[in-house]
Amino acid sequence: MSIVTIERKVLEKNDELAAKNRDIFLHYGAFVLNIVSSPGSGKTSILERTLEHLKGRLGVAVIEGDVQTDFDAQRVAKFGVPVVQIVTNGGCHLDAKLVQDALGSMDLKGIQLLVIENVGNLVCPANYDLGEHMKVVVASTTEGDDKPLKYPAMFRTASVLLINKIDLLPYVNCNITELKNNALRINPALNVFETSCTTNQGIDPWCAWLEKQVKSSLS
Amino acid sequence: MHELSVAQSIVEIIQQHVPQSDWERVRAVRLKIGTAAGVVPESLEFSFQVITAELLFNHARLEIESVPFRVHCNTCHTTAENEFGFALCGACGSTDTKILSGSELHITEIEIAEPELEML
Repeated sequence: MSIVTIERKVLEKNDELAAKNRDIFLHYGAFVLNIVSSPGSGKTSILERTLEHLKGRLGVAVIEGDVQTDFDAQRVAKFGVPVVQIVTNGGCHLDAKLVQDALGSMDLKGIQLLVIENVGNLVCPANYDLGEHMKVVVASTTEGDDKPLKYPAMFRTASVLLINKIDLLPYVNCNITELKNNALRINPALNVFETSCTTNQGIDPWCAWLEKQVKSSLS
Repeated sequence: MHELSVAQSIVEIIQQHVPQSDWERVRAVRLKIGTAAGVVPESLEFSFQVITAELLFNHARLEIESVPFRVHCNTCHTTAENEFGFALCGACGSTDTKILSGSELHITEIEIAEPELEML
């Protein structure tokens, strides 16, 4: 019997590729977001409102990840920003290699903010570093207030929590204070914003904060 | 469901660290997985079996050591395990804490059987 001792991270290959992506982002001076959530919580809608708001203020590009279709890339392209759609064909998350491939067909010159919209899934994307500066997790009021406790890894690895669909609060069984407290129990450092893509409530403060992050990373 | 791609990464690491002539004799792969790593051990074992069924190391099994989620509080200086993965201090409620463990997804050892002696 012989034992090979290795002590390696299982996902070290992904982490190595993520580090290469990070070098590329640094080279072009692009600040990168990785937006994650369960399907249907409003990632693309928040992205649309954000693109509207940042138009003419920042050079923005988008990488869309979906299991199938390029519907989201079509939605985003209407805002006149460069967009690449990754179709995972069943894969439940984006990994650093898929992002590296997407970067091959994207010109990052003049891009200050690159938004990667991950596959809708509150579990798997937490394990895969894409080389981003921060993860943004979206939780919508229609999903209830216990999501952070049921899917803690995603909230632990995120820097921002966007509580979306707050216009629906009167109609759904969700205590927003409880939702926030649950998320902060998992990760006290989360920056929390409340948003509605229907009424635009909360979009301004979120975008102003984001713009500040991008500009301070450039300086 | 990403256990399948985690299993694929494990296979690649074995292929990298064990010479091909020894693949058939890989018996065990030891892993340390944190309870907050977001990986289900049973599901990973099943995925590994499925992936290796057609490979040379189809005699290998995974031996998974679970690592608890532990938090140290910088305010009251207690260290405690927390099954829910809360970063808040369970004793004093402080948010000034440090997560010590629980997110590991590490491969630590590969066990290889000795080659059988050829009969003379």
